Amino acid sequence: MVDDLTKKTLSNIPLLKTKAGPRDQNEWVNRLKEEYKALIAYVENNKENDNDWFRLESNKDGTRWFGKCWYIKDLRKYEFKVEFDIPITFPATAPEIALPELDGKTAKMYRGGKICLTDHFKPLWARNVPKFGIAHAMALGLGPWLAVEIPDLIDKGLVKHKDEKES
Amino acid sequence: MDAKSLKKRIAELEAEVETLKKASNQGRSKIEKMSAEVVDSNPYSRLMALKRMGIVDNYETIRDYSVAVVGVGGVGSVTAEMLTRCGIGKLLLFDYDKVELANMNRLFFQPHQAGLSKVKAAEATLCDINPDVEFEVHNYNITTMDNFQHFMGRLKCGGKMQGQPVDLILSCVDNFEARMAINTACNELEQVWFESGVSENAVSGHIQLIKPGETACFSCAPPLVVATHTDERTLKREGVCAASLPTTMGVVAGLLVQNVLKYLLKFGDVAFYLGYNALLDFFPTMQMKPNVDCSDSACRKCQKIYQKRLAEEIPTEPEKGSKVEEPVSTENEWGIEIVAETLGDDGDKEQNLDLGKGIKVAYTLPSKDDKENDNPETVTTNTDSLEDLMATMKQL
Repeated sequence: MVDDLTKKTLSNIPLLKTKAGPRDQNEWVNRLKEEYKALIAYVENNKENDNDWFRLESNKDGTRWFGKCWYIKDLRKYEFKVEFDIPITFPATAPEIALPELDGKTAKMYRGGKICLTDHFKPLWARNVPKFGIAHAMALGLGPWLAVEIPDLIDKGLVKHKDEKES
Repeated sequence: MDAKSLKKRIAELEAEVETLKKASNQGRSKIEKMSAEVVDSNPYSRLMALKRMGIVDNYETIRDYSVAVVGVGGVGSVTAEMLTRCGIGKLLLFDYDKVELANMNRLFFQPHQAGLSKVKAAEATLCDINPDVEFEVHNYNITTMDNFQHFMGRLKCGGKMQGQPVDLILSCVDNFEARMAINTACNELEQVWFESGVSENAVSGHIQLIKPGETACFSCAPPLVVATHTDERTLKREGVCAASLPTTMGVVAGLLVQNVLKYLLKFGDVAFYLGYNALLDFFPTMQMKPNVDCSDSACRKCQKIYQKRLAEEIPTEPEKGSKVEEPVSTENEWGIEIVAETLGDDGDKEQNLDLGKGIKVAYTLPSKDDKENDNPETVTTNTDSLEDLMATMKQL
């Protein structure tokens, strides 16, 4: 269910250990540190492998995350805003990653631009609580989603490169 | 147009609005006391007839109860309408979504309501159907920090009597995150609730009564699904997230409210888990005990309280429902079976859950032993400050 490339990517993201959500005041800070550590390691690794594809930051409580992700097709870069809240049930449930700019453009989305994940994602997440964090959700959720949906949206003309928009 | 003719036009339009308002307000006025009188003008006569028929002893007590419906979509809206028509005392509605034309394959909402918040649109319709019901609506997502605190507060104090807890919570949401949030709240408040759901392929559904400490909570096991023999891995998902049918949703809402009425008005037997397989017209039932190793600490606490209460009770007669174990049926004329799921990479042992025939778990989880033996390397954060990490992340 997980292909070799994804497995390799996953093995490069550090695992987390603190099982705490935003309602667990003190422990949440530790979890948040682990989240940042894992994300930094993942982004650095992506850069090294010439596969840099997103940036994220959070509010100071770490309950709301925002940033951008991008996808390269035919040497052109398509960039999208990313945002999500950390649900109170985190890390038992994964964050619901949203690309609000694409809301309404694809059926593979729930309201508000939340991406529709494959059947494999939730079992995989559930089996890896609390070891998986935001970096894993990006690698296993958003990454594969972009790879499938964006080329399709570009071909259909629903997503345009920013140079095309201006002209 | 000059100011004078504009004013005249405004007056005309105002008059028109008034007439339209009157036309749309054909609803009845409030009724002080439920009457059993059989006349055309009594909206409660057929409900109160349940007493004369010997089905319910105390129908009018339905007005004392307060029920929270979380998720006012295909199942929740119909659920709320049924409870409104039954004359429930108070309804609290929670949903953050808007009515869309894409919802019109389901019941309750109408095209002209597109764009309105689901809770506001529902309140307007329901209030018109039965003005005796008290409504309280909240248009927000319960899973975020601030909203969750408010949500818990309303469950705790939103009863029919000010400051009293809600009597029952009905989960009619369409996602795992919201169900887990309701589960967290209800375990912490020791609050009885019903979970309900319809599968994404629209051909199965279920309702489940959760009494914290006494029956399995939503975290005690992976989500349960009704086996419909449609292979999840070959399910065609091209270009869609979920399908839905007004039929399946109507059936599930009906099963849910039927059991809510039985629970509140104390008649018949209330189902603990009732599944609906639309392809075979099969309705599996079962009861599941809580998991002593449940990942929710509030559930484990409720279990201790329940066990203590059981030990203190002096049983005079065998408790209804747990008396004699019925012989296990060996008939299986529809070929219904529990499907072993081997979704895992490394083939975990099937958890030893006592599920009913035709019910399975959505996926398996690693066993406790596996988890303990499994000690992967994890990040270490002892020396880092959060501020430094946030700054590093920004500079990448």
